[in-house]
Amino acid sequence: MSPRIYLATTGRILAQLRADHRTVALIVAVPALLLTLLYFVFNDEQRFSPIALIMLGILPMLVMFLVTSVAMLRERTSGTLERLLTTPLHRADLVVGYATAFAVAALVQGLVLVSVAHWGLGVETAGPLPWVLLVAVVGSVVGVATGLLASAFARTEFQAVQFMPLFIGPQIFLCGLLAPRESMPELLQRVSDVLPMTYAVKGLQAVGSQGDPTGDVLRNVAILALFAVGALALAALSMPRQTR
Amino acid sequence: MSERTGEPAIRAKGVRVSRGGREVLHGLDLEVAAGSVIGLMGPSGCGKTTLMRSIVGVQRIDSGELTVLGRSPSDPAVRHEIGYVTQAVSVYGDLSVRANAAYFAALQGSSRADADEAIATVGLADLADRPVDRLSGGQASRASLACALVGLPRLLVLDEPTVGLDPVTREDIWTHLRSLAEQGVTLLVSSHVMDEAARCDSVLLMREGDLLAHLTPAELLERAGTTNAEDAFLTLIREGGER
Repeated sequence: MSPRIYLATTGRILAQLRADHRTVALIVAVPALLLTLLYFVFNDEQRFSPIALIMLGILPMLVMFLVTSVAMLRERTSGTLERLLTTPLHRADLVVGYATAFAVAALVQGLVLVSVAHWGLGVETAGPLPWVLLVAVVGSVVGVATGLLASAFARTEFQAVQFMPLFIGPQIFLCGLLAPRESMPELLQRVSDVLPMTYAVKGLQAVGSQGDPTGDVLRNVAILALFAVGALALAALSMPRQTR
Repeated sequence: MSERTGEPAIRAKGVRVSRGGREVLHGLDLEVAAGSVIGLMGPSGCGKTTLMRSIVGVQRIDSGELTVLGRSPSDPAVRHEIGYVTQAVSVYGDLSVRANAAYFAALQGSSRADADEAIATVGLADLADRPVDRLSGGQASRASLACALVGLPRLLVLDEPTVGLDPVTREDIWTHLRSLAEQGVTLLVSSHVMDEAARCDSVLLMREGDLLAHLTPAELLERAGTTNAEDAFLTLIREGGER
């Protein structure tokens, strides 16, 4: 990797994002709007609060997965990826550049979402609020990394969009949102153990219930970071310099 | 070592390439002199793009030897010295011409000034701040070309840079290409517009994955016994088919 190329790539991707006002608005506003909708659906702050906390792990990861997989697919299909590979750019410069640029977007999204949840919708946590932001943002970086990887399996944008239910659907079902993990069949619990969203939810639930969740938060954030690094490495490998 | 004078810019010996299980290039031998404009001509599907992709290092070679600027095309050092313009406009349509050129300049370690110079070279200085998506087809092609010029490449590989362009823009682009060659850049330009062969120092004629001939435009006309590049090309292609 070269710092110059990595920074130029991150800057280029951020410039593309900035040029697309509608996408920025959707990234920032949609999770907060959905959460607000859910608030009125439950119509009961006691029942809404724990669900909202889980949603802070799900929604950013889901949105970022979708945005990144389509962005990366555009890079692959427009010929710009092939062109980039004829330059001194290293594949790691590109995937880490994507991860960084979209992490910035995820941070803005997370700030808005956590603010709306706490000050707008009365979501209370036993632990400090910045931990919620940390877990949500690292969770969305996992969404970015898996989105980059998923784009390798899609040839068209239609296919890329369909990967969302495939990659994200099972994670939502198994993360503990719909049914507690402990009540699931043993096999599904094991599957849930290898899905990143599970750890985002665990981290957020720790902040929700513990006054000092530092240990649990950092452990789950570390696991999420490992998922992100692993997916980024696989994504880099999924773009061979030379095609057969 | 790549600075040795007289060394060919591109040398291929028995290069075989398959794509999707089908052999596309059947043992190509060729030598391209540095500092010249070489036309790569042949019917669609004859392997022009595959040869170009092999030269810029994004296509795996089954067997044979390919040397680009004295190195293997997969050598990372080559990537500092080549510029590649794909057939489709491969730049970021949502970014301005200047932002695109500045990005590709940064990848090559060149400055923003180099980027502006490349934009001026292709005649887009007045439109530099416009997103590529809002340019005409010809302007977008030139923006794509500018992004290949920013690194001051020693070898420029251009896949049909003038396809679908109006005669005026084509003329402009060829003028730019010729001035680059005068500065010592080697250019490999594919085309299936035969009158463009006349603008090259030599022409590589391909047919179904084989190299039929490597000759000067004058030799091309002479061998076919005609004064029209289009006819000459058809004659040689048909001869090649009968062999």
